[in-house]
Amino acid sequence: MSKRIILRKGLNIRLKGEAEKSFGNITTSDYYAIKPTDFIGITPKMLVKEGDAVKAGSPVFFSKGNEEILFSSPVSGVIEEVSRGAKRRIECIRIKADREISYIDFGKADPLSLSREQVTEKLLNSGLWPMLRQRPYHVVANPTDKPKSIFVSGFDSSPLAPDYDFIVHGNGDAFQAGLNAMSRLTSGKIHLNVNNDLPGSKVFTNSKNVTINHISGPHPAGNVGVQIHHIDPINKGDLVWFVSAFDLITIGKLFLEGKYEASRLIALTGSEVLHPRYYKVLMGTCIKSIVENNIKEGNHRYISGNVLTGDAITNNGFLGFYHNQITVIPEGDKFEFLGWSLPGIKKYSASRTFLSGILPAKAYKIDTNFHGGVRAFVFSGQYEKYVPMDILPVYLLKSILAEDIELMENLGIYEVAEEDFALCEFACTSKIEVQEILRKGLDLMKKEMS
Amino acid sequence: MKPLRRFLDKQKPKFEKGGKLYRFHSFFEAMDTFLFVQNKTTRKGSHIRDNVDMKRAMIVVIIALFPAFLFGMWNIGYQHFLSTGEDADFFRQVLFGAVKLIPILVVTYVSGLTIEIVFAQIRRHEVNEGFFVTGFLIPLIVPPDTPLWMVAIATAFAVLIGKEVFGGTGMNIMNPALLTRAFLFFAYPGSMSGDVVWIAEKADAYSGATPLAQVASGDTSSMASLSDMFFGFIPGSIGETSTAAILIGALILIITGIGSLRIMVSVFAGGFLMGLLLNAVAVNPYMELPAHYHLVMGGFAFGAVFMATDPVTAAQTGLGKIIFGFLIGVFAVLIRVLNPAYPEGMMLAILLFNVFAPLIDHYVVAANVRRRIRRAKIKINS
Repeated sequence: MSKRIILRKGLNIRLKGEAEKSFGNITTSDYYAIKPTDFIGITPKMLVKEGDAVKAGSPVFFSKGNEEILFSSPVSGVIEEVSRGAKRRIECIRIKADREISYIDFGKADPLSLSREQVTEKLLNSGLWPMLRQRPYHVVANPTDKPKSIFVSGFDSSPLAPDYDFIVHGNGDAFQAGLNAMSRLTSGKIHLNVNNDLPGSKVFTNSKNVTINHISGPHPAGNVGVQIHHIDPINKGDLVWFVSAFDLITIGKLFLEGKYEASRLIALTGSEVLHPRYYKVLMGTCIKSIVENNIKEGNHRYISGNVLTGDAITNNGFLGFYHNQITVIPEGDKFEFLGWSLPGIKKYSASRTFLSGILPAKAYKIDTNFHGGVRAFVFSGQYEKYVPMDILPVYLLKSILAEDIELMENLGIYEVAEEDFALCEFACTSKIEVQEILRKGLDLMKKEMS
Repeated sequence: MKPLRRFLDKQKPKFEKGGKLYRFHSFFEAMDTFLFVQNKTTRKGSHIRDNVDMKRAMIVVIIALFPAFLFGMWNIGYQHFLSTGEDADFFRQVLFGAVKLIPILVVTYVSGLTIEIVFAQIRRHEVNEGFFVTGFLIPLIVPPDTPLWMVAIATAFAVLIGKEVFGGTGMNIMNPALLTRAFLFFAYPGSMSGDVVWIAEKADAYSGATPLAQVASGDTSSMASLSDMFFGFIPGSIGETSTAAILIGALILIITGIGSLRIMVSVFAGGFLMGLLLNAVAVNPYMELPAHYHLVMGGFAFGAVFMATDPVTAAQTGLGKIIFGFLIGVFAVLIRVLNPAYPEGMMLAILLFNVFAPLIDHYVVAANVRRRIRRAKIKINS
């Protein structure tokens, strides 16, 4: 049965710099990267070295914990650099792309005619498997597991997020092929959750072999964790997989065309972008050619992803594996005289303690300033406003700080991930690093359960 | 403000680890963050952070306290000249009040902040802003004639034993401001109760009893009118008398979202319903007192709006807040009416439920856990 869910809790942060629905013309980048740091809990083992030639779909490294899971190059070219960080941890594998991309042929196939093992094998070999992630823990799925259901969120509610209707447009066949492949992987349902507040995308409404649920409400309504909580909640021992709608198209293309076709529509957003709009790129692209000549003067933060959960990169950094958005906002490394006591008509706050709460503007420019010092938990009821689930966020976070495994489990740690609590971190008066604490708890729990 | 910033930047190294003045670094940090929102930026997690911080939240509470503060200042003078029979204009009344009130405020801040800064230094964290509010609350809940040395000792006791021993702001169990009041009440009963203390430099012939004391003695005939009690033209602790001024503060707290509406409403509801219940079984004049009188007398409104809503010592869960507030209201009226030893029940009721708040929350959290377990069981059975 499809469900209709109305969420009241949450917050849409009104940022300046929403992408207009048009495509920017850019020269394709010569550089691409695959960053092992995008994959939580994965320790990479290299399969190539600097100077090796790769094709689109050639494995670059595998997971030390599960040798079947391969991570592939999105383009053909030469491995130019494997850069390492502290403790020689591999951080980034940079590839210089060929002019003309050559692909490894994985063979076309109709997923509905394949067995579960065949579908799994195809996804693993092509390096697309990491697109499948699981809850609990929000990590890459384990191919031998059998999830009770698979979730696909049909919209992104986070600040300045790309419009899914726009980015999936015209990819109905690939999307359906992707869904068909998913149907092989679970005996349970596949849930596609669309935004009830927006006109539905044809790609979504025409899709078959799937349960379509309608969700309305502010961010984090688009988060798969919130959707799972209301549709098919995770109890202890349960396993739910999820995949993003745009990754599903890439998976679909693997079956339709037999190759790792890494093209992706991304949005360049944020208050510091001159012309925020969409770009057609390949996964893992260097963002230099995208942001060049399209950014205002000044010192900026470049984010792969959205402002709440994305990763900070440089202006010639690389797009993250799971991201389809680049956000550019001003750095907030400035002092402000008595800033906390000003009326603040231009200072956005979720708390209504500034004049902006009474006289709201349409959109705000928000920088990366911390706006205060870290304090103990003082205000109560603040986090609860932004978590539309039957979960007590502060108690859960305190149980993590106390490393009380049983209490963490009882308070529902299996159901949440960093992105679900990101708004709490944004709004926190005490400036507590909520996402970091939660990740610590998830890692601890995962270690305890394995 | 550039020269000031340059000056601070120049001084900063001296207060950092290894610097000459390292032992004062908490003090420097407090001053620096007070003057400037720092240039610190986000590193991980959410790249943007809300403009609200502890300083902003605390200043909002202080703004909300201002109507009660200003009214209290005037009322000290008004009551004094009323008792002496002297004819004084508005400015003389305010001036008299200021001369009484400002020293109490200064003494409270000096006494409390010294301890705060010393502890921040020992614990190596930033000075918490909590005391800005506590220090503003304390003068408003003491009688106008409280000796300054008592204020200093009581404040020191509350900050040390009430807060710092538990780990500082955010960790304390009982409301530090109320603890100050309780300390005064139990340590110096002679100067904290009776009819003498409620009017500053009262003329001897004048009665000076608070409405609470009058009704407790069974004398409801000479009690102030309901409107006088609502607007606050009565003797009492400095900031508690005017329910009207307190409600303006409540409105500010509710609009800004800093104070919990749930707690405020449930405290008033609890007190009102208990008043009605006592009316129904009344055997003496106090029990016959109309229920709504309780809400404007004594420290009920002040306690409901500014004390019970202290986020650290109140219940933390949504349902817990309603239960917590309701019980405070019930017990405040119950103590007032049925316990002759304590004319004002609000202070004791709030302190009592500060202690029970974690227990209330415990059951709300347990219910959440039970729902999750039941959900898992239903799934297995189906």
